[in-house]
Amino acid sequence: MNRDAAPLDLGLYHELQALYADYASAVDSGQWDLWPGFFTEDCVYKLQPRENHERGFPLATLSFESQAMLRDRVYGIKETLFHDPYYQRHVVGAPLVRRVDGQGALHCEANYAVFRTKLDGPSTVFNVGRYLDVVVRTPQGLKFAQRLCVYDSEMIPNAIIYPI
Amino acid sequence: MDLTPANGACPGDAPDALHWEAGDTSRIPFAVYTDPSRHQRELERFFYRGHWCYVGLEAEIPNPGDYRRSVVGERSVIMVRAEDGAVHVVENVCAHRGMRFCRERHGNRKEFVCPYHQWSYALDGSLQGVPLRRGVRQDGQVKGGMPADFDPKQHHLTRLKVAVRGGVVFASFDHDVESLEDYMGPTILRYFDRLFDGRKLKILGYNRQRIPGNWKLMQENIKDPYHPGLLHTWFVTFGLWRADNKSELRMDAHHRHAAMISTRGSAGQATGNASQVTQVSSFKASMQLEDPRFLDIVPEPWWGGPTAVMTTLFPSVIFQQQVNSVSTRHIQPDGHGAFDFVWTHFGFEDDTPEMTQRRLRQANLFGPAGFVSADDGEVIEFSQQAFDSKPAHRALAELGGREVGETDHMVTETLIRGMYAYWRQVMEAPQ
Repeated sequence: MNRDAAPLDLGLYHELQALYADYASAVDSGQWDLWPGFFTEDCVYKLQPRENHERGFPLATLSFESQAMLRDRVYGIKETLFHDPYYQRHVVGAPLVRRVDGQGALHCEANYAVFRTKLDGPSTVFNVGRYLDVVVRTPQGLKFAQRLCVYDSEMIPNAIIYPI
Repeated sequence: MDLTPANGACPGDAPDALHWEAGDTSRIPFAVYTDPSRHQRELERFFYRGHWCYVGLEAEIPNPGDYRRSVVGERSVIMVRAEDGAVHVVENVCAHRGMRFCRERHGNRKEFVCPYHQWSYALDGSLQGVPLRRGVRQDGQVKGGMPADFDPKQHHLTRLKVAVRGGVVFASFDHDVESLEDYMGPTILRYFDRLFDGRKLKILGYNRQRIPGNWKLMQENIKDPYHPGLLHTWFVTFGLWRADNKSELRMDAHHRHAAMISTRGSAGQATGNASQVTQVSSFKASMQLEDPRFLDIVPEPWWGGPTAVMTTLFPSVIFQQQVNSVSTRHIQPDGHGAFDFVWTHFGFEDDTPEMTQRRLRQANLFGPAGFVSADDGEVIEFSQQAFDSKPAHRALAELGGREVGETDHMVTETLIRGMYAYWRQVMEAPQ
C-alpha cells in the first residue's frame, strides 16, 4: 500500500481506470479526432523532457493550453505534417491518485511506455515516461484538465508526430 | 553519367578524390554522406582543426563551479565556470587512463575527480592530485608510485581554446585558430550580434532528437530557402516563410557560414491566388487556427526589420530567430549516418512574463515534434536512406544557377553550393 495514495471510492477509481484505458485505446487507434475529447476546454497538455521538468525549465516539446490547440494539432497530424507513417502502442500502468483537492479534482499519475512500429521495421521503444494528470468531473464524465507527459526518453528517435 | 571508380574512396591523408560530375558543386555526390573514412576526415578537418565549434550558453553556467557537459564533433567536453568567473572548456578524458569521467549532464563542482583512480583536476583542467604518487611505505621501504620525474604539469586535461561573445560559448581544439570574429566574418557577425546583443539570456529549456542522417544535411536544410515554403504548410499558409517574402541570402567570404533573412509579408496569411506561391499543394487556403495564440506574434525592437533570420555557423550550430522563437541548435555527429540535434530555447532577462509565454507557445512550431520542424528530421532520414543505397549517384543543387553568390531572393540553392565549395577546398587539400 502506497502511503502517498489518497483513499478513493472504488467506483470512482474504476471510472478513472476506464478513462486511462480509453485514452490509450484512442491514441493508438489512428482516429486522431478522438484525442481532444478526453480534455476540458481550457486544458493543459504538455509533452516535456524530464530534464526540463526537474530543473524548472518551462520549455516543452509540445505545449498546449486549450482543447482548441489539440484540435489544431490533430489538423497538423492529418493535413500538414509530413512524416513516415507508423503505428504506436501505449502500455499504461495503473493510475496512482496522489490527492483529491477541494474541488474534487483527482491529482494522479501513471507510468507509460509507447512502442513505435514503422511499416518495414521492428517494434521499438519510442517514448517512456510518466503522466502527471489532473482529472475533473464534467457532465460528459471524467476529463483531463491537465495531462503532463514527462518523458525519460529525452533523445527522441527523430520525430514525434502522434499524441502521447 | 560518368562515375569513376574513385567515387567513395577517401584513403588516408591523400586528397579527397571524389568525382564531382559538373565540375562545380551544383551536383553533389551521394558519397559525401556515406563513407566512414571521409567522415573521420571531416571530424579532423572541420571539428577539431581550424574551426570554432559551439559548446553552450553562458547562462547555463552562471555561478562559479557550474559546469555543463557538451560535445565538440564526437568528443565529450565540459564547459565550466572557474572561481574567477572565467569560462573553461576541457575534454572529458582523464589524463591517466582516458576514461570519460564526467557522467552528469550538469552540476556544480569545486574540482573534477575521475572515479577510476581518483585523479583530480582543478576547474581549468590542471592536475591537482594523483593518489599513491609517491608509493607506499612497507618495511621501511618506499614501494611503487610514479617515477621521480613525473610532472603533473604535463598531465592536465586537454584544454580547448575558448571564445565567448554575446553569452555564447565556442571552443576549439586548435589553439592556432583565428579569432572568433575573423572566423565568422563581418557579414555573419552582424547577424550574430543582432541576436546576441549583450542582453543576458534566460534558458527556457532543451529538446533533443537523434536524426539518422549525415550531419551536413542539417546544415544544408538551413541553407535551403527553397523547401520551407513547400514542405512546411504552416510557413506557406501563414506567410512566415514564403518565396514571395522580402528576403536576402548572405554568406561569409569562405561561403561556409550563411544567414537566410526573411520578412513576413504585411498581409500575413495569403488569401487569394495572387501569385504562384499559393498554388503549391501544401498551401491551405481555408486553414484557420482554432487557437490563434500559436501565432501571437509581437515584433521586438532588436529585429530591426526581418521577422526571421536563420544563421548557419559551419560546422556545428544553427542560430534560430523565427518571429518570437529563438534557439540554438547544436549538431553533434555520431558516425557518418547519424547526429544528435540539441535545441536550447532561450529568452532574454528583460522579457515580460507575456513574452516568455509567447516564446514558449511559438516553440510548438519547432523541435522534434514541431508543427514545422518535425518534418525536417524526417526528410533528412529518408535522404540518407537513398544515399546509402546508391553512393555512386548524386544530388542536384542547381536552383538559381550553378554559381555561388549572395542574393535578394529565396529561389536558389546557392548557399548549399557555397558550403560545398568550401568543403572541397578543405577536404581536397593535401593535409
